[in-house]
Order: sequence, then structure tokens, then C-alpha cells
Amino acid sequence: MADYSGASMGLLDYFRNTRPSTAAIAKERLQILVAHERSERNKPDYLPMLQQELLEVIRKYVDVDQDAISVTMEQDDKREILELNIILPDESQRKKPTKRGGD
Amino acid sequence: MARIIVVTSGKGGVGKTTTSAAISMGLALKGYRTAVIDFDVGLRNLDLIMGCERRVVYDFVNVINGEAALNQALIKDKRCDKLFILPASQTRDKDSLTSEGVGKVLGDLSKDFDYIVCDSPAGIERGAMLAMYYADDAIVVTNPEVSSVRDSDRMLGILASKSRRAERGEEPIKEYLLLTRYSPHRVKLGEMLSVEDVQDILSLHLLGVIPESKAVLNASNSGVPVILDEKSDAGQAFSDVVRRYLGEDVTHRFIELEKKSLFGRLFGG
Repeated sequence: MADYSGASMGLLDYFRNTRPSTAAIAKERLQILVAHERSERNKPDYLPMLQQELLEVIRKYVDVDQDAISVTMEQDDKREILELNIILPDESQRKKPTKRGGD
Repeated sequence: MARIIVVTSGKGGVGKTTTSAAISMGLALKGYRTAVIDFDVGLRNLDLIMGCERRVVYDFVNVINGEAALNQALIKDKRCDKLFILPASQTRDKDSLTSEGVGKVLGDLSKDFDYIVCDSPAGIERGAMLAMYYADDAIVVTNPEVSSVRDSDRMLGILASKSRRAERGEEPIKEYLLLTRYSPHRVKLGEMLSVEDVQDILSLHLLGVIPESKAVLNASNSGVPVILDEKSDAGQAFSDVVRRYLGEDVTHRFIELEKKSLFGRLFGG
């Protein structure tokens, strides 16, 4: 009997060492979620408008999708960073050649 | 001028009313004239936790509507003559609270009291918004549990943007973390977020940790604020919290597993 209980303790220790505790999982999930929700609530109200107008300007030159642009605002202690991300389509899918310059 | 303290959390059932009862009693026992107000219109319970449910005649909404004078509605605590309770209405709608009405009652109370403790309802509707609107200090009651921590963070956002201090561009509300229903045993097993975990996430000044305790249910069963149970862990933890709030430097207790005595280690298993 004593041998079996010793073996099961060893097994238990093995699982304890390899699996993160549920508290650690909770902390990680919360850190991600809270950071996301804070950035959402600190967003200035003009972001959606800015995003829409930027999209219109870019579409004059490149045929991008509605969701190809993301505008995010990040804050740390010292500064605010306005980040603009535009995903350009593949070369083959670019329908609108630029009309600038002589043609 | 009274200092206005809101006890808030976002999430329900984390211990706001228990905390409001304990802290208001603690401040009154220290000699400060203290009023504690139940903002949970329609679902009042502070009267029951304070043990004065049979003495309610008029309530907060009666005072706001001019149906009763403030001193008719305030219930003087039988154990401490510095403490007064203003119960919520049980029959009215939560929309009977108006910003002007609440502001006027708080203004009137401010003339006679040192501290006004506002027991917020759960959620972020009108009662909760008005409970925090006029506050100088906020005690954010949090359980070491994911939904409670998330709601507390949401509440911090609201305190920082929707309070009177925020609207007027004054010095922001002072925010304190009170971690309740804490089990050092489960923290050690990795089953519960630790004090440090919660502080890492919320970055708040820690006012205290209240251990999960049988004393809390026993206290509410008998309508006695748990702080009066001086022998209990939760009662002592709340006493520490009040002293810390008043500026004393009190070492945190009930965070670590208590070391078993030699006798306990030998025979307790």
C-alpha cells in the first residue's frame, strides 16, 4: 500500500510541475483582457471618423478593403501613440493604378 | 465638511454591504460622526446587515422627495451613538434617485458628519453611478476571482471619467483596493489569484485583505457589523482597514497561511 501511495504522490507532483495553476491562467487571461478593455475605453471619440476619412483618402489611390485599415491609440506614462495600420492588397489585386504623373 | 466614501465593485455579492457596515461602524467607534447610506433603491439590505430593519420609518427617497426631514429618516445606531444609517427605499423605482436630490442630501449631511459612507448597488446603473458621483474616496471591493477583477477595473474607468471630480477637472477620487473572501490556503495551492496578482492587474493602493471567514455570515445572521466581532479574523481585518484608511501604518495580516504550531504540526496533520 505504502508503495502505491508513494507512486501516486510522484505522479501528482509531475502534473503539478507541468501544468500551470488555474490562478496563473486566470492572471494571464485577466492581464490580456484588462489591457484590451483599458485601451478601448481610453480611445478618443474621433477615432472611428478618422479611420473612415483615412480610408477614403487611401482608396483614391489603392483599392483596399473596408477592414484593411486599423487605427489604434496606445498610451503609456510618457506619451500617446496613434498607430495606423494599412494592409495593402497583393500586386495582382491592385485594380486602381495611380493616376498621378504623365500617362 | 464630510469626506464622502463610496464602497463599490461593479460585481454583486463581493461584500460591499458587509464592508460598508463594518467600515462605517469602525469610523464611528474611532469617534467620527459617520452616516452610512444605502443606494440600492428597491433592494435595500444595509438595514438588515446593520440590524436596524425594524426601525426603518422613512428612507432616502422620502428625504429626496421632501416627504420626510433628514433627521426623521436617519436611524441612530444602538451600539454607537456616532453612527447613523440612511436606509434605501424598498418600494420605489431606482429612478427615484436624482442627481440633484442626492447632491442635496449629501450636502446637508456634510454639515453634521465627518464621514459619509455610500453603499453602492451592484452594476453600473443609476444607483451605482450616483453612489460614486460625489465621492472623495472609493473603496473598490474585489474578490480574487476573474469576473470580479474585471468589473473592478471597469469601475475604476467609471470613477476616473464619470464622477463629479472628473467632470470638474478636480483632483481625482482616491481609489483603494479591498480584497475580500481571500483564502491563503487556496492561493498556496495555486487555485486562487494572490494579492500580488490582483495588484499587478489593477495597480491600486491596497487598503486591506479580508479573509474568507465564517464570522461574516454569523455577523449578518445576527445583524451585527462583523467589525464588532473583535475575536474573529474578518473583524480584526476590518479594524486594520479602518486604521489604515485613517492614515495609520498597519502591517497587513491574514495574507499568509498561518504557521501551524509544533503541536498542530505533530497532531493536526
